[in-house]
Amino acid sequence: MSSVAIPAPGRRRIRWSRVVVYSLILAFLLFFLLPVYLLLITSFKSFDQVSLSRMWDLPTSFSLESFNRAWNGGEGVIGMRGSFWNSVQMVVPATVISCILGSLNGYVLSKWRFPGSETLFTLILFGMFIPYQSILVPLVEVLREIRLYATIPGLVLVHVVYGIPITTLIFRNYYATVPNELVEAAKIDGADFFGIYRSVMLPLSAPGFVVVAIWQFTSIWNEFLFGLIITNDPQLRPVTVALQNLSGSQFTQWNVQMAGALLVALPPLLVYIFLGKYFLRGLLAGSLKG
Amino acid sequence: MQQAETLSARPARRVRWMNRDRAIALLMIAPSALAIAVFVYGFIGWTAYISMTDWRGLAISTSFVGFDNYLTIFSTGRFQTNIRNLIVFTLFFLASCLVIGLLLAVLVDARIRFEGFFRSVYIFPMALSFIVTGVVWQWLFAPGNWPNDPTGINLLFKQSGLGFLQAAWTTDTNVVPGWRIEGLRTRIGIPMAMIPVVVAAVWQMSGFVMAMYLAGLRGIPDEIKEAARVDGATEWQVFRHITLPMLQPITLSAVIILGHISLKIFDLIITMTGGAPGNNTEVPGLYMYEITFKANKFAEGAAVAMVMLVVVALLVVPYLIYNRRTEVER
Repeated sequence: MSSVAIPAPGRRRIRWSRVVVYSLILAFLLFFLLPVYLLLITSFKSFDQVSLSRMWDLPTSFSLESFNRAWNGGEGVIGMRGSFWNSVQMVVPATVISCILGSLNGYVLSKWRFPGSETLFTLILFGMFIPYQSILVPLVEVLREIRLYATIPGLVLVHVVYGIPITTLIFRNYYATVPNELVEAAKIDGADFFGIYRSVMLPLSAPGFVVVAIWQFTSIWNEFLFGLIITNDPQLRPVTVALQNLSGSQFTQWNVQMAGALLVALPPLLVYIFLGKYFLRGLLAGSLKG
Repeated sequence: MQQAETLSARPARRVRWMNRDRAIALLMIAPSALAIAVFVYGFIGWTAYISMTDWRGLAISTSFVGFDNYLTIFSTGRFQTNIRNLIVFTLFFLASCLVIGLLLAVLVDARIRFEGFFRSVYIFPMALSFIVTGVVWQWLFAPGNWPNDPTGINLLFKQSGLGFLQAAWTTDTNVVPGWRIEGLRTRIGIPMAMIPVVVAAVWQMSGFVMAMYLAGLRGIPDEIKEAARVDGATEWQVFRHITLPMLQPITLSAVIILGHISLKIFDLIITMTGGAPGNNTEVPGLYMYEITFKANKFAEGAAVAMVMLVVVALLVVPYLIYNRRTEVER
């Protein structure tokens, strides 16, 4: 009964803190959405509305001219359609192979540990932190030697190899949560290496595969340095390189650049919107303790 | 007879089975181990070797010059400027990401409405390429003919009555305070053009830090905080003395992840500024690309790459070893 008077000031204090919380939350929302707003309104403006002095004005009519120019090219702009296709051809096989390799490595390093396997794991992990500048020149030399330089299969190989650390890490940590008793039981039932993989690990692996596939898909799609160095042929470059070229050219109108940026952003954004939960898991797995 | 053998040899056979499986396990990981051995460690060794030759121009040279290339790059004003820029970028980027990430995590964790929506918006830039981020922010920070005929964010400031906030952004050539130190060929200070690049990078990465901290916050048992509150601790004291210390491992992970991204930064800068104005936003990652693939100074480029590698390794290797230790203990 005596506490009746107490909630009032308490409630007021809470309310004030609520005001602060919501103002900050909305301020950050503005910060995060400002570039999105600019990207959207600019991309949908027609060419005669594009003016830097009115860049924050809403488009007065809806137009897909910028997208058309960014996609198909024209008037000095190389369209991104071709490079979009290049990226797809690079990302899909690289992602599939990465998943298979990562899963096998993770399985071995979590359920078939051998003397030195932890050291091997640490050595593999280091590969995900290196600046790729420190391997680029030898990489180009070797790719030339095996005739994969400036080819899509060459890019696939590179992304698969340098994807080994992260995919192994995610699968290893994921498989570590599978109880060893299940593996032991399968062994007693006479299952061999692949038998256990098929009957115990694979049926539990779906979320692991989704996380790794999404991770590899988005990071390979977004990758720039390898795409830049390994494809000197404009016909073969992936989307990020094409976009950078588009933005580096002074003759390209900026609305076309914005439309191009939106096109490049779209596939990973769709993945994020529909599979955000798994995307986040991959992100957090990258921080090792996942 | 065969059956008898199977029966009697059962224990021995099981051991043999295990051995066969072990062999298969080794066989399965061998290709990956080999690929990493060659593509990571072999190539690093190769680059280290190139960095000690005098390879310039397109014809490979193998004459050994020791550490000459390292002395050369460290004595140039351009590389010294690169290092200054990298330090400034890394410090500002790390500090801002950690503070904003933690703040966002606390805000989102404060039982707000539409929590899922806000969280998704704060994280979404992580799904984008640095190239996309660079293209968009390049236009946001294009100053135009300010203050009278501004573009981008300057125009937005002018239109909303905040005209005094206009600045030269990515075209600002100032280095603050710009001290000259005997023997150094670069001015010490903050290259102002780096600020917009930091903003874009923070826009892209702080949501990731938020996600890490959020996972940490959700992992702290309510009972501990409740016990402190019962003992009369204020909300700030609970945060300062319970929440923050328990988030420390996450801060460490975040510093490692952000740190190695920051030390390797390349995509964002080549798109947003290309290293300009002057070399005020150029970093070693970009410099290596320019001198190796544009100027064909392969040996010097390799030296820059090795410096980058050593710096990243100083940050990451202790962490990897520490992680392995704690894992083995577990």
